[in-house]
Amino acid sequence: MADTSTRLLDGPRGPKPKSNFSRRNIMLYGTLLLVAVYYAIPLYVMIVTSLKGLPEIRMGNIFSPPMEVTFEPWAKAWGSACTGLNCEGLSAYFWNSVKITVPSVIASIIIASVNGYALANWRFKGANVFFTILIFGAFIPYQVMLYPIVIMLREMGLYGDLSGLIIVHTIFGMPILTLLFRNYFTSLPEELFKAARVDGAGFWGIYFRVLLPMSLPIFTVAVILQVTGIWNDFLFGVVYTGPDAYPMTVALNNIVNTTQGVTEYNVNMAATILTALVPLSIYFVSGKLFVRGIAAGAVKG
Amino acid sequence: MTLVESSISIRDLDLRFGNVEVLKGLNLDIGVGEFLVLLGSSGCGKSTLLNCIAGLLDVSDGQIYIGDKNVTWAEPSERGIGMVFQSYALYPQMTVEGNLSFGLKNARMSKAEIKQRVSRAAEILQIEPLLDRKPAALSGGQRQRVAIGRALVRDAEVFLFDEPLSNLDAKLRADLRVEIKKLHSRLGNTMVYVTHDQIEAMTLADRIAIMKGGQIMQLASPNEIYNRPKNLYVAEFIGSPSMNFIKGTLEDNQFVAEGLTIPMEGYSFAEGSRRSGAAIIGLRPEHILTGDNLASAVARAEAKVSLVEPMGSDTIIYANLGQHPIHIRMDGQASVAPGDMVEIGFQPARANLFDPQSENRL
Ligand SMILES: Nc1ncnc2c1ncn2[C@@H]1O[C@H](COP(=O)(O)OP(=O)(O)O)[C@@H](O)[C@H]1O
Ligand SMILES: [Mg+2]
Repeated sequence: MADTSTRLLDGPRGPKPKSNFSRRNIMLYGTLLLVAVYYAIPLYVMIVTSLKGLPEIRMGNIFSPPMEVTFEPWAKAWGSACTGLNCEGLSAYFWNSVKITVPSVIASIIIASVNGYALANWRFKGANVFFTILIFGAFIPYQVMLYPIVIMLREMGLYGDLSGLIIVHTIFGMPILTLLFRNYFTSLPEELFKAARVDGAGFWGIYFRVLLPMSLPIFTVAVILQVTGIWNDFLFGVVYTGPDAYPMTVALNNIVNTTQGVTEYNVNMAATILTALVPLSIYFVSGKLFVRGIAAGAVKG
Repeated sequence: MTLVESSISIRDLDLRFGNVEVLKGLNLDIGVGEFLVLLGSSGCGKSTLLNCIAGLLDVSDGQIYIGDKNVTWAEPSERGIGMVFQSYALYPQMTVEGNLSFGLKNARMSKAEIKQRVSRAAEILQIEPLLDRKPAALSGGQRQRVAIGRALVRDAEVFLFDEPLSNLDAKLRADLRVEIKKLHSRLGNTMVYVTHDQIEAMTLADRIAIMKGGQIMQLASPNEIYNRPKNLYVAEFIGSPSMNFIKGTLEDNQFVAEGLTIPMEGYSFAEGSRRSGAAIIGLRPEHILTGDNLASAVARAEAKVSLVEPMGSDTIIYANLGQHPIHIRMDGQASVAPGDMVEIGFQPARANLFDPQSENRL
């Protein structure tokens, strides 16, 4: 028999060559690029402006890079910008936000994950009613509850305090987080839960030793949702805390809206970026896990 | 098989999901050391029954005894059972050793004892080299072995299997089937095994319970189920290819259908059943005689071949007996072609008669 290679004729052979410049690719990457630029330009302008001195800003060209880089505005935004009457910058309010966000995120995730676990795996009496009420809660507009909660907090002596705001955030995170965890736990194989019961693990044993170790993606999603949601909150912060306990967003608003003197665009920009830094870095650090968690069950009914 | 002592006793068990009644007044006694297979098509309530025995479902009514204890309200872990699932259900974040010892740790057993039991189970199942691996790094067969090991370490009186081999390919399934059988003869504990695969049921079981719609249609040895099915459903369900059924009447100890008469000499009627009137005869493809075997036939007829399916070891022939379509299992070497006439013979002793109304065996 002849050498097998002689049986190959001219023409297509092996893997089909892919063109990097096919019409489809140009459309796809063109669109992506356009969207990326659209979102990147404001950020670029903010960063550039925050590094310029006021005289340079007044020259007007907002897209040009700084001729003379200065970190003065950043220092001022952090340490000495005026929020209304006192001029201490954002630093104190940054710590307020941390003190609000960390406990609210931890508390809401712990409670919601146990709720979701109980709803998904231990069909207790009244579970459906409980779940319906919880989901219904997600659709009530915040405005309806704003004032009743003021009264409740005042009665409890927590109004104007950080702890009051923490409780409010924890409660308002409950519907969506419980739904998120319930759906994730429902998507895990039921036989795993049954096997653990046969193995003699109880309610907490199954939660901590079996389910928790396989739930990293969904916890990441929950952390991101809560950190960004609570950190970016303005309404609850302004309603339920007093001036000393304001979160960073409220302070930022006060800096930007200060009516005395000249508008320091560079300081405003720096303050804004500083405020956005926490959610931004959360996304950068855990973006991949976030996507995986979303795919794993967050969107599954 | 006579039961010396029952290991599991299920008494008037009802199970409802809301309004859906899945198990209705079910009674079942399983002997100590018995291998009982629950066989039935998908959705007939096999897993539900197994979960009730395991205590993973609360029963709606009735009682369950394991040993001589009433365990109706007992937790799964208190029932002295081990359970193996179709999807293996191994804890993905634990090593094989962690999987095996999880139940023992929950029972607060001493470290030394755990170690000893794990290594014994690993040795029996030949998974010693895998102890440090995570389940993701195991093949399907290895995973199922670990899952069996998890039941093994608990030293359970009763093993419950829920379609343990369904996720494996054909070769592995056959291998593990043999291993499970060996394991049973080595351990001698009671095993309840759910499957929808009749080969698994026939090969493994001491007794088979055939289920349909949450009720047990027949509970008997594989031999009896195959040879003396109690009703039409069981007759049709067991055997592949399935039994041939021909409608006719029974008169003068003869079965008569259009263009066909089979004398029923040698057929043992069920106790108290009628000997005349409308009837359905059931003939297994392998019990219809052809070629050299014709000598032992009590009655003969001719059938016209319409389709031939050679399968190597034997050949399935689809033919028309008058206007009754039938299929026949012939020797693998038989040379027949569509259009041929073949002579076939009947053995009344191996035939089955059913009442068309009640569908019960006559
Ligand atoms: N949690 C449940 N809720 C409602 N119906 C169920 C539930 N689990 C099983 N069923 C129903 O019970 C019947 C028996 O199911 P199952 O025992 O799983 O069957 P199988 O014999 O295939 O193992 C099915 O019709 C199924 O739809
Ligand atoms: Mg099943």
